[in-house]
Amino acid sequence: MSNHEYTPSSKFGKWFNDRLPLLTLANHLTDYPTPKNLNYWWTFGGILTFCLITQIVTGLVLAMHYIAHADMAFSSVEHIMRDVNYGWLLRYVHANGASMFFLAVYIHIFRSLFYGSYKSPREIIWILGIIIYLLMMAAAFMGYVLPWGQMSFWGATVITNLFSAIPLVGESITTWLWGGYSVDNPTLTRFFTLHYLIPFLILGLVVLHIWALHVPGNNNPVGIDIKKPSKDTVPFHPYIVIKDAFALLMFCIVFALFVFYQPNILGHADNYIEADPLVTPAHIVPEWYLLPFYAILRSVPDKLMGVVAMLSAILILAALPWLDTSKVRSAVFRPLFRQFYWILVADVLILGYVGAMPAEGLYLLIARVATAYYFAHFLIILPVLGWKEKTTPLPLSITEPVLGGSPNLAAARSDEKIEKTIK
Amino acid sequence: MRKLKNIFFVLIFSVIVLNSSNSAEKSPPFLETKWTFKGLFGKFDRASLQRGYQVYTEVCASCHSMKYLTYRNLAEKGGPEFSEAEAKAIAASFEVTDGPDSTGEMFVRPAKLSDKFVMPYANEQEAKAANGGAYPPDMSVLVKARKGGADYIYSLLLGYSEPPEGVELDDGVYYNKYMYGNKIKMPAPLSDDLIEYTDGTIATAEQMSKDVTNFLMWSAEPHLEQRHKTGFRVIAYLIILTVLVYFTMKKIWSRVESKV
Repeated sequence: MSNHEYTPSSKFGKWFNDRLPLLTLANHLTDYPTPKNLNYWWTFGGILTFCLITQIVTGLVLAMHYIAHADMAFSSVEHIMRDVNYGWLLRYVHANGASMFFLAVYIHIFRSLFYGSYKSPREIIWILGIIIYLLMMAAAFMGYVLPWGQMSFWGATVITNLFSAIPLVGESITTWLWGGYSVDNPTLTRFFTLHYLIPFLILGLVVLHIWALHVPGNNNPVGIDIKKPSKDTVPFHPYIVIKDAFALLMFCIVFALFVFYQPNILGHADNYIEADPLVTPAHIVPEWYLLPFYAILRSVPDKLMGVVAMLSAILILAALPWLDTSKVRSAVFRPLFRQFYWILVADVLILGYVGAMPAEGLYLLIARVATAYYFAHFLIILPVLGWKEKTTPLPLSITEPVLGGSPNLAAARSDEKIEKTIK
Repeated sequence: MRKLKNIFFVLIFSVIVLNSSNSAEKSPPFLETKWTFKGLFGKFDRASLQRGYQVYTEVCASCHSMKYLTYRNLAEKGGPEFSEAEAKAIAASFEVTDGPDSTGEMFVRPAKLSDKFVMPYANEQEAKAANGGAYPPDMSVLVKARKGGADYIYSLLLGYSEPPEGVELDDGVYYNKYMYGNKIKMPAPLSDDLIEYTDGTIATAEQMSKDVTNFLMWSAEPHLEQRHKTGFRVIAYLIILTVLVYFTMKKIWSRVESKV
């Protein structure tokens, strides 16, 4: 992948590297030419890796103390909170870690949407990312079931019941998923094993995601192809490493504020009530990061079509590289797309908001309009934009707008403006 | 295009305003009181926790269990911090069934520090039967299990009043303006001078409500003090490290012509 051949300096290193080229890999990772104009929105890849490792490590220790049994799960969590050394810390890091993970992944995804990182030649990176995102949602949902509180139980009931919408075999599939005729102990134990498995699948996919990234190299805010290595790039180490470290530390400060000072603010109070199959909570709501999709699900009156709409809302992202017909990657040079991008951001936020509200009256109406717009953005606006939009001229290299004196000062200025709006 | 953007922001704003006015209708704002456990360095008021335990054991415990607490917790750091002798004496005032012994018989003995809080009822069915069909919830994590937390519990305890005109209440149902639906099966549990505090504090309903809520907050978050202390250190460390890394980054990036 690097252009130059690497030979270890020591004799043993050379002997080892000829048999297993780990040193070549390490050399590739440190030298990896990275565009030097990457902004802080590009640091979330590293942050996400940190989140995954944090979840795996804390989860591993929690699993040593947790008991996956309908009668004991809730009290084993209390045991962790009260009697396990630093159990409260582990559990709060793990629970809030899930939220931070999603916060980071949403920023990562929306960065990709803004700068067109999903476009050729990076379609496979993007699709791998969508699969990772799907697995993350599955892992988070199953993890939320494990404490066996009221929201765990009823959330699991609502989501698994969605499968019953499948014609003919739906009911049988639901029974098969539950391991019985309702959410019960068999459901809890299988969710626990799957919750333990999925993070390792994600880890494997992350390796592929990064591998696929290292073939074409990073996209960048200007969105043009660059020569690698060149004066437009810097080696990954130390330049990107230190920048990622700085961003990660900032992220950790926010993370720590949640863990130590508001550990339960992102959760639901009802989940501190032990699961009771006979008492249904007034409002069953998923965790915040699933709310936009929950809103889409509920905005369709028909159950089956609701499930189809919800799944399509995620899967449509996989087709994005082909739905977006514009050849220009970065929104910096796409004045119209930029407007629609921010409308989409607002649309998703609105969906998340109404997802937390009861599905009735004005909320339902807003949810329906926002759902329709969500699909319209991908199915109508993006394909038409690529064809109709007049993009501003692209610079020849990324150093050009930085050094100035180019014919594209306007482009450079809009770049700055965008950075300001983002900040 | 800018107009479109504005319309969307107005929409978001109106939805938020709509909702806040909506939720304001549902229940009145909670009663205001100062909690020592809030804030960056929040700690429990030790004396209040001890009084709170007294309120719990003399009033609440006749119906409400606290099944995740053990008597040793009463002497642990960050809690009411009774002395070990006091906690032992408290435990010994309760009886637990243990066994089977070497002859296969169950026997009754005084509770020890390692025992869980003795429950008022043998099971949920008995609890319901004794309370007109309503199950008095376990109070170990009650503060975290209610929206509004400590403020809600405190307000609820003091929120009893005669029902407004037009509200019909069945027998054994009481009016409470903070309860969901305003109807509660628990009669007002606290009234002035209901108990006599061992430390001489005057036992007003407000005082008892505050003390017992403090106690319940501790029982829901027994490591709160340690969490705040550790949190402050962690964040201070992170900030210092972040500043150092920032300057390191600036230095490294000064080698290339690019801003970071």
